[in-house]
Amino acid sequence: MNPQSLSGYRELPHTADWELEVWAPDLATLFEQAARGMYQLCEAILVSHPRITRGIELIIIEPEILLIDFLTELIFLTESEGLAFDEFNLKFEGNRFIAHITGAKLESLSKEIKAVTYHNINIRETGSELKANIVFDV
Amino acid sequence: MVRLQDLKQINRFEWEIPKSYREDMRVPVRIFATHQLLEQIKDDKSLEQAINAATLPGLVDRVVVMPDVHQGYGFPIGGVAATQLPHGVISPGAIGYDINCGVRLLASQIEFEAVKKDLSDLADSLNRLCPSGVGKKGHLRLKIGELERVCKDGSRWALKHGYATEADLRRTEEQGRLEGADPTKISKRAKERGRPQLGTLGAGNHFIEIDIVDQIFHQEAAQVMGLIEGYLVLMIHCGSRGFGHQICTDYVREFQAAVKRYSIQLPDRELVCAPLDSPEGQAYLGAMRGAANYAFANRQVLAHFARQAFEETLAGKIPNWHLHQVYDIAHNMGKIETHEVNGKPTEVCVHRKGATRAFGPGFQGLPPEYRSIGQPVLVPGSMGTASWVLVGTAESMKRSFGSTCHGAGRTMSRRKAKKTVWGEDLRKELQAQGIHIRAGSMAGLAEEAPQAYKDVDAVVETVAGAGIARKVARLRPVAVIKG
Repeated sequence: MNPQSLSGYRELPHTADWELEVWAPDLATLFEQAARGMYQLCEAILVSHPRITRGIELIIIEPEILLIDFLTELIFLTESEGLAFDEFNLKFEGNRFIAHITGAKLESLSKEIKAVTYHNINIRETGSELKANIVFDV
Repeated sequence: MVRLQDLKQINRFEWEIPKSYREDMRVPVRIFATHQLLEQIKDDKSLEQAINAATLPGLVDRVVVMPDVHQGYGFPIGGVAATQLPHGVISPGAIGYDINCGVRLLASQIEFEAVKKDLSDLADSLNRLCPSGVGKKGHLRLKIGELERVCKDGSRWALKHGYATEADLRRTEEQGRLEGADPTKISKRAKERGRPQLGTLGAGNHFIEIDIVDQIFHQEAAQVMGLIEGYLVLMIHCGSRGFGHQICTDYVREFQAAVKRYSIQLPDRELVCAPLDSPEGQAYLGAMRGAANYAFANRQVLAHFARQAFEETLAGKIPNWHLHQVYDIAHNMGKIETHEVNGKPTEVCVHRKGATRAFGPGFQGLPPEYRSIGQPVLVPGSMGTASWVLVGTAESMKRSFGSTCHGAGRTMSRRKAKKTVWGEDLRKELQAQGIHIRAGSMAGLAEEAPQAYKDVDAVVETVAGAGIARKVARLRPVAVIKG
């Protein structure tokens, strides 16, 4: 079965900031859903052309820190280059995480995520899926 | 979930969660709130987060919670905690991502009625000259070396480059410059994020607002500050932008390992910390002070462009369009201060996250004209409601580490606010009340609707009733510029 069909994200209520619940059958899909959810929260809309690919390589210390590092990289690319991404090729090789991500310049972004927090971050197994809650500072 | 019956009522405005409430608490939690505000506070996770904060190593006396408290991440927004030097900890999450987010107030000799017809143009000029909104870059492009000078010199950098006056600096917390900033402890990425953003407002709950002085409660203090009933003032609310956020992100990550090295057990990873006398703690302190100085300079540059907007719009129409600084104060900051603990003066690191320093009369760090009235405290409300000018009191020094509230405090999530309020309707509604709105996005405007916040007047009545601040003046908005 396609991992995409078993994965997703939803926004949870939070008084001041944004909380996202993300689920997926494997870690790579969980990271992808977290990125998609984050862009959805900021209502990111991409221009259709040109398509732009970027590579991100990170050292794996633990999955939770890696997830936050990955999303922080995406925030930096949005803030510094005005980019967002909708195609994700994510691999774990030994202690390295390698991401090839494709997207485009932003046509619009209605909200700015400023940081990804460690508040109650915990990637947990629930039956056959992985789940994580991520709180963003906005 | 904390229940009201778990709280001990001290008096009408003060409650306590005793240290015995949870085994890992090192100090009790003291909450400043009326019964009515407490009913709102208990609806989110603020009090659980305050209890978690009470587990930080090296805490003294109590964790203090302000009436505008709301749920944050790790540490509640509206919390104060003091840790003892030298071995107590410093926690980046207990200061916040937007290091030295704060408020600046400028007063004028401009009578509202004299410029009523010019307000729309004035709002346009402010909106054009003070960059705001998602992804907006500023008029300045700093090279890394220049940015490092901003980190070290704060508002003094702005003075050197013609964006400030000596009078502005005198009326800024710490004269707009914290000693001990260390740019070598700040990452390249943070510097990259900070470089194009100096002199920008950003988005979220940050704003520039023109208010009328609506009512004066403390004539002497208002006179010293230059606040006149019926006259205009300008308020700027923003912080250290992506620069501060990246510094906090870097150190919260680094301290994930530090807590293991120092065998510190915490209930939430966002509260990670390091002893103040450790290399990690000292590095963060140096970096945090750099971000604080950047934020002082940021509000100073914005004040400069706001003054330009007033000149551009009002010169020739009225005799005096100048804005003079009342004060500039941080509400997300870690400061080394001396407070009385168990009857002895003790050097502590006061973490204020969504709380304002409120030092009482006699404090030597204030400009001479403010020493007899106490330090000005600036409390922004939500659009369409009041903002307040207060002063610190001797009582705040005894009961809240010289701190008081910082705003209205959210009660409604951004998501719910967007579902409940239509941005364009809100803009029209505020316009009908005579409030000119310039907003980067209608969705963003809806998220910041007054309905999403507590009643700022009730918050202020609580801190005044508790004696941890004294009311000086109530302000009423007439133009709001939001990112």
